[in-house]
Amino acid sequence: MGRFPVLAGADLDVDAGDVVLLSGPNGAGKTSLLRLCAGLLPLRSGAAEVLGCDLAHDRRSLRRRLSFVGHETFCYDDLTVAENLRFAARAVGRGSGEADFAIARVGLGPQANVVHSRLSQGQRRRLAFAIALARDPELLLLDEPHAGLDADGRAVVDEVVRVAAADGRTILIASHELDRVRQLATREVEIVGGQVRSPVGPAPEPVEVSP
Amino acid sequence: MTILREALLVAGKDLRIEARSRVALQQIVPFGGIVLIVFAFALDPDRGLLPRVAPGLFWTAVLLASLLSITRSFSIEEANGARDGLRLSGLDGGAIFLGKAAAVALQLLLLEVVLGLGVVVLYDVSVRGVVLIACTTVVATVALAATGTVYGVLAAGLRARETLVPLLVLPAVTPVVLGGTRAFEAALAGVPSDGWPWVQLLAAFAVLAVVAGVLAFGPLLEEDS
Repeated sequence: MGRFPVLAGADLDVDAGDVVLLSGPNGAGKTSLLRLCAGLLPLRSGAAEVLGCDLAHDRRSLRRRLSFVGHETFCYDDLTVAENLRFAARAVGRGSGEADFAIARVGLGPQANVVHSRLSQGQRRRLAFAIALARDPELLLLDEPHAGLDADGRAVVDEVVRVAAADGRTILIASHELDRVRQLATREVEIVGGQVRSPVGPAPEPVEVSP
Repeated sequence: MTILREALLVAGKDLRIEARSRVALQQIVPFGGIVLIVFAFALDPDRGLLPRVAPGLFWTAVLLASLLSITRSFSIEEANGARDGLRLSGLDGGAIFLGKAAAVALQLLLLEVVLGLGVVVLYDVSVRGVVLIACTTVVATVALAATGTVYGVLAAGLRARETLVPLLVLPAVTPVVLGGTRAFEAALAGVPSDGWPWVQLLAAFAVLAVVAGVLAFGPLLEEDS
């Protein structure tokens, strides 16, 4: 299979504590940008630095400082909610306390001992968020965070993002739910054809959106 | 967190998954048993032959069953993007290797105990060198698990990985089967002291496989990106 550039000439600076909405059409490169920032895609050319780490050489130490909520949960089907969380938390040196707190935070307390394969789609998304929180990241990368969630779940995601932003974490959100995410974002960046385009600046005034 | 603690975390995760899914107990161990029985049927007309070839048949059965264990060890990382999760975890590649290899080794040891009993019952062998058997089993298992884990991650990022694992692993572990068979022959029917040089060879192979795995696993885990 041949390789082709997915982010050719993308140029983006994000300040610590920013909540950035990545908008753009399907296939524009939003997910690729998030995966690149997470160190999941290799940097074939150019330079990129995330949290002060060079993406070409220092991906492991970067990964310990970020959380990525993608289209998949990154969980094991035969482990329970609590076991998946504790594994992810302990991998970065966090204890069971952080894991248990994260379970409660996303409202998965009653499902703590349910294996991943028996969770609904929405519960799996919540678990992915709980794992992201339990790792206590400096950078939160969210790819379509509201997808597949009911009204309660979407509200939980909004609250998680608000609290994380209030804690000073940097957050990148790729989403098609622009009105909803604009309420959370401090900046909006449009990506088209693998390139960063305007508008680059503060997000528009928040508008009211029903869950 | 030290590399050892990270390895224990990964091994604990893999063993917990196996304990819950029971794939090793309900599929891999029976598969190994069936292989022994098939050999027994195939060679049954010559009852005198079975005890003589029992060491080779035992390690062949272990090898075939170990391919299932290795494939299983990486198939659990495929669902739900767990492989990406492992990369995102920030765990050291060498620690992940040690953890996964240790989990495979423990499952293989369980398998070998069951198959060993099967060999004694089905093939009518008598054991002279128990210590030699035990040492051979441990070092050969470490060598098998370490080699298999390296090739397992190499194949994991590729299409048709289920068929690639045997193609890659079988030639690579031939020295393990050879050494294990010769040491077992000495322990079962020969002079046990003749088997120890083979154990040393297996130990050297195991050390090489572990060192290579610790160094190579991290880059190989990133290989499909």
